[in-house]
Amino acid sequence: MNIDKKIADDLVANDISFVTTVPCKQLAGVIEEIDQRDDIYHIPSNKEDEGMGLCAGAWMGGKRPAIIMQNTAIGVTFNTLATLIQYYRMPLPMLISYRGELREPVACQVEMAIHTKALLAQMNIPTYHFHWQKDVEELDNILKYTFMCNKPVAILTDANFWGGYGDQ
Amino acid sequence: MIRSEILKEIAPILRDQLVVCNIGIPSQELHAIDDQPTNFYMLGTMGLASSIGLGLALAQPKPVIVIDGDGSILTNMGTLPTIANNVADNYILMIIDNGSYGSTGDQPTYAGLKTSLAKVAEACGCENVIECRDVDTGEVLQKALESGKMHVIVVKCDSGNAKNPVITMDPVVIRDRFMKAVQA
Ligand SMILES: Cc1ncc(C[n+]2csc(CCOP(=O)(O)OP(=O)(O)O)c2C)c(N)n1
Ligand SMILES: [Mg+2]
Repeated sequence: MNIDKKIADDLVANDISFVTTVPCKQLAGVIEEIDQRDDIYHIPSNKEDEGMGLCAGAWMGGKRPAIIMQNTAIGVTFNTLATLIQYYRMPLPMLISYRGELREPVACQVEMAIHTKALLAQMNIPTYHFHWQKDVEELDNILKYTFMCNKPVAILTDANFWGGYGDQ
Repeated sequence: MIRSEILKEIAPILRDQLVVCNIGIPSQELHAIDDQPTNFYMLGTMGLASSIGLGLALAQPKPVIVIDGDGSILTNMGTLPTIANNVADNYILMIIDNGSYGSTGDQPTYAGLKTSLAKVAEACGCENVIECRDVDTGEVLQKALESGKMHVIVVKCDSGNAKNPVITMDPVVIRDRFMKAVQA
């Protein structure tokens, strides 16, 4: 199974047509895949809170959005999650690379990883953790759930899910 | 002119357009001057008016006018390259540049000192960047709307705030009536 293709397929199947991204090495493949899809408008953002603003506007304009980002950025998004996405009750799937988890080669990444789930829990954000490739089978249901309840929903995807780091 | 005087003058132009309005006193002033379902009032999230407006403009065909502030652009400066590189010809970013953080008591911003937001916007690749005087706002905005081209308008004006009540409308109500107006 090619998980990058599977993720993009699930986004399209759920009518998601506006995707903003800030890169992570783990996300390179899925970002490239999304960039190539004609039915998705890919708009890279310079900071994750900016990206969430773009998503909020796109949703009010009638397009289903998603954000693809790294967990180290979670801190810069809290004000936006609380006062825009949650306060105005908007749906937002957040596909997040979960750096600093098992098979992580860069020690510094662990420093945000140890806070990631606690911070998401503090924000009452429904959170899923993909650790094995087969976990991606749940993505379709998670996307449906997100647009059913109009909430931000986090999908943490660790290095093991993405198949490790090769030679690193 | 101060912000509220400008908003009063351009209210007839704004009335029928989709407007995304900056946090704090700008939204309170617009709400008091001419509340419309086509107005999206930001109650928080300083900095994101321009981003919300761009997402909205890219997602649907109606013109979108963002009423932003110099302080908010400075806090989300990354918005300008995104705007420049994702051209939406139904998008007008109007920055009310009063050289201050108006809502919090008129503390000076760098835009009122050495930093030119119009030049920053140009350097970021934005086209149709116009810096204008407060008294010319209506004319410049009307022309920008008629041109059907993406614009960034920097309105140089005085610092100062009108006294208006805070917006007590529920955010979900603001958002819901706005979305209905978008679809209408
Ligand atoms: C993250 C964050 N920092 C600070 C504030 C406080 N604050 C609210 S409005 C504002 C000033 C915004 O200035 P500007 O965008 O220039 O608008 P003006 O009121 O001058 O028209 C500030 C600093 C805030 N709401 N959120
Ligand atoms: Mg200001």
